[in-house]
Amino acid sequence: MSSESRVPAEADTVVRYHEYLRSPIKALLEHSVLLVSMCTVIGAGAQVLLKIGASQIPSANPINILLNPYLFTGYALYGMSTILLILALRKGHLSLLYPVISLTYVWVTILSVLIFHEAVNPYKGVGLAIIVAGVGILGRDARA
Amino acid sequence: MTTPASSIFLVILASFIGSFGAVFLKGGAVKLKFDWRTLIYNWRLAAGVMAYLVSSVFFVAGVRHGELTILYPMGALGYLWTLLWSRLFFHEPLTRNKFIGLTMILIGIACLGFGNR
Repeated sequence: MSSESRVPAEADTVVRYHEYLRSPIKALLEHSVLLVSMCTVIGAGAQVLLKIGASQIPSANPINILLNPYLFTGYALYGMSTILLILALRKGHLSLLYPVISLTYVWVTILSVLIFHEAVNPYKGVGLAIIVAGVGILGRDARA
Repeated sequence: MTTPASSIFLVILASFIGSFGAVFLKGGAVKLKFDWRTLIYNWRLAAGVMAYLVSSVFFVAGVRHGELTILYPMGALGYLWTLLWSRLFFHEPLTRNKFIGLTMILIGIACLGFGNR
């Protein structure tokens, strides 16, 4: 029997709570759904930067792509979001976490309206609402 | 404007390859330890990233022609394949919430396709 097993259950909970507060990064790593959501925000930012950059370069050769700050930053953000996704996938079900990536559609649509002044219409509004609700329903399994 | 069968095929192929990217990333992720080097020396993660790159090439080739209204939801089929592989390779439970959530996501993406016409 280890010494920890003699600690009362309540005291154990208090200790865990304090550890939780002390290391926010460690705590974040435990919340896979939140991590994947962060991934989608970064991924959407990457897509917007790639769109801006793509309209600036004369032709799509590797040197033009690397020298364009928007494209360079866009690809760097993609790399960051991939690393976050990998960290998120360490814990939790793929079948639950992967569909959360569809939130990227939501951010990209909103950013496209704000930055590129793309048209707003009821289809987009309804589409976004249904996606968010769908992710919400998936999220109920994460808590279970 | 009509959507050529070749575009539909390319986009579905892209979604299929991309779904294996997710499988490899998951397979690699569970083998990670608290040492950043395990992020580098991990063939599954490399295979996952590779699958995504290949998938994006097919996707871009596919959406060059045809209507996004059709092709957008086709690309989103990748979520459905991933659900199947989660069951097959990782023996994850497929709950009612997962099916309802995923169906809503696919409908929402189809709506966005209409909105982007």
